[in-house]
Amino acid sequence: MKLALISDIHSNRQALEAVLRHAEAAGATQYVFLGDLVGYGGDPGWVVDQVMDYVSRGAIAVQGNHDFYTVNLAPDTMHGNAREALDWTREHLSPTQQRFLAELPLSRQLEDCLFVHANAFAPGGWAYILGRMEAMRSLQATQARYTFCGHMHEPMLYHLSGTGKAGDFSPEPGMEIPLLTHRQWLVIPGACGQPRDGNPAACYALFDHERSTLKFQRVPYDVDTAAATIRAAGLPERLAERLGQGQ
Amino acid sequence: MTPESLLPAPLALEPGQVIDGFRLEERLHQGGMAHIWSVTRVEPLAGEDMPLIMKVPRIKGGEDPATIVGFEVEQMIMPVLKGVHVPRFVARGDWTRQAYIVMERIPGATLRPRLDDAPLPINEVIDIGIRVATALHALHRQHLIHLDVKPSNIMFRPNGEAVLVDFGLSRHDHLPDLLEEEFELPMGTGPYMSPEQVQFVRNDPRSDLFALGVMLYHLLTGERPFGQPTTVRGLRERLYAEPRPPRAIRPEVPPWLQEVILRCLEVDPAKRHPSAAQLALDLREPQGVQLTERAERLQTKGLLSRARRWFASIGTEPQSAGQAGTQVARSPITMAAVDVDNATPALLEALRDAVRRSVQTAPGARLACVGVMRTARIGLDELTDSEGRSHHVKQLVALKHWARPLAAELGLADGRLTFHVLEAPDVAEAIVEFANKCEVDHIIMGARSGSSLSGLRRALGSVSSQVLATSDCTVTMVREKKAE
Repeated sequence: MKLALISDIHSNRQALEAVLRHAEAAGATQYVFLGDLVGYGGDPGWVVDQVMDYVSRGAIAVQGNHDFYTVNLAPDTMHGNAREALDWTREHLSPTQQRFLAELPLSRQLEDCLFVHANAFAPGGWAYILGRMEAMRSLQATQARYTFCGHMHEPMLYHLSGTGKAGDFSPEPGMEIPLLTHRQWLVIPGACGQPRDGNPAACYALFDHERSTLKFQRVPYDVDTAAATIRAAGLPERLAERLGQGQ
Repeated sequence: MTPESLLPAPLALEPGQVIDGFRLEERLHQGGMAHIWSVTRVEPLAGEDMPLIMKVPRIKGGEDPATIVGFEVEQMIMPVLKGVHVPRFVARGDWTRQAYIVMERIPGATLRPRLDDAPLPINEVIDIGIRVATALHALHRQHLIHLDVKPSNIMFRPNGEAVLVDFGLSRHDHLPDLLEEEFELPMGTGPYMSPEQVQFVRNDPRSDLFALGVMLYHLLTGERPFGQPTTVRGLRERLYAEPRPPRAIRPEVPPWLQEVILRCLEVDPAKRHPSAAQLALDLREPQGVQLTERAERLQTKGLLSRARRWFASIGTEPQSAGQAGTQVARSPITMAAVDVDNATPALLEALRDAVRRSVQTAPGARLACVGVMRTARIGLDELTDSEGRSHHVKQLVALKHWARPLAAELGLADGRLTFHVLEAPDVAEAIVEFANKCEVDHIIMGARSGSSLSGLRRALGSVSSQVLATSDCTVTMVREKKAE
């Protein structure tokens, strides 16, 4: 089983297209969408349709906070631009598409892999895995050997040893990393539709379950068209220009 | 997390037992951390004819994080290493059944027994230094720092190539460092640990050069430069205590060799050789070693100096090197092949410009200026001209003159700029041989444009085109700009 882990698409059609093409060429057999399908970007309908199609053919999808707040109201604590984008998104999704987002589970498990948007200790609380402390908390909250999370937009790998020591690692794209079975791992592939580490290329990760190897990938995509779509939708300029900056 | 108690009990290993298609033949070694068995494949693999060993961790009842994590590290790192200087990786075993690593068996003993024969002949020590530094450079270029370089981790293939073994403490730039947070004590082997390793810095490839320096010092003098400390306090002594100069122990050690070894043992990694290849180059080409007061030292500096250094060491935090790959990339060996006799002043100037541009962007670059004296294939050459000056010295003087503006502008100090005069019947061959031998990353040489070559020259192929055709590294051909 070769998993393609795609997270935080945020209505970015061009990024998702590029990533799906890349994953298919790489031989992915199981697609997993780690939430935040919508929010910030200009093509929510298209993205939701794509994911619905993949799910109908066996893909796994879990709910992100942006997905949740599209069908429920966004809290006051949410940033202005984000809230504006969610309100706009809500108006541009059909009832079927909205129901799909509403019915997404908070987490799913497949063999020794756990898929959840924010963290494993309180998925619906949407707390961020900012560093080793939260990673350790999440890893201790599950028996699964491999946890795959989204929510954080930068690619990251955390691990927990048998002695309870947690480590973190900023991965190198394209490098095959063996996830040895003597410890637990927490994988954050990074955002497909809105990377924030200064590199505009879309993130995703490939996990070869049989060989226990993981590869973080960066896939360049047509940023200009994605930005133009955001502008045409009348959404804040910041949401368009940040794509080219990878912020 | 799977607690140790829930892991399957390690199998008691017996000859004849088969694990994942590998049959255990004979237990070769039982170390503190691992058993090593010779193994054969139950079903031979087509195209694989090398003898194999299986390394199995020796987990001493209950919790044994040091052994376990070290083994995990080796399992993670070995598969990505390539080349002749590491044992070829074959297979690794899952921890949920039986952890193991199967790899190529390197015949013969490690360098450890030879340590007992120290002091060794000087030439042998130099030779060992070259072989091991060459192997280390190959590893550093692959983004790996070994971090436990010592005689028992060094073996040699029949053809003399050094092989590094035991990667349980190593760190790879592009793989998670499982040891980073694991232990409270500095990791490594006491006598060989670099000062920065004592301070928990694990990302400087020059740490391996320190360890190599310790080893060469011991092989050369029969003594350990920093003793064999068993406490952290003892380990910290190397942050401020100076080793006794080798020449004080063994007077026939040449000054250049003391210079090279003491440079390896500098507390500040920035004062050591920027790369293992540059260390190897110094060992191969002593004529290029720039001598400093290190070469002349015959005793350690006094108590006051030691006290000053101790005081300075208390608050120090080591500078982070970044990554192994970055350090190596910043420290290329550039070779300027300069035809001082025949090149026009304009070409010499253009050559200087090209070299200047190349070296400016690499803070750790080493510039080797090389001139070649063409000697006849048979018969004796005139070694001196009518005024009695040696041709060799004349070449050297001309080379240094050519390089003078570069040395001044680029602030090339501390052995970064060296001069070498080669004597050979075939100039192109000599240049390429030097470049291959010394792991040169970039050859910069002047090329005369086609129209200016005589018919015979064009037919035979110029020196520059020959170098371009036969060298293994990047070559820049410099031409002088034509006058408008």
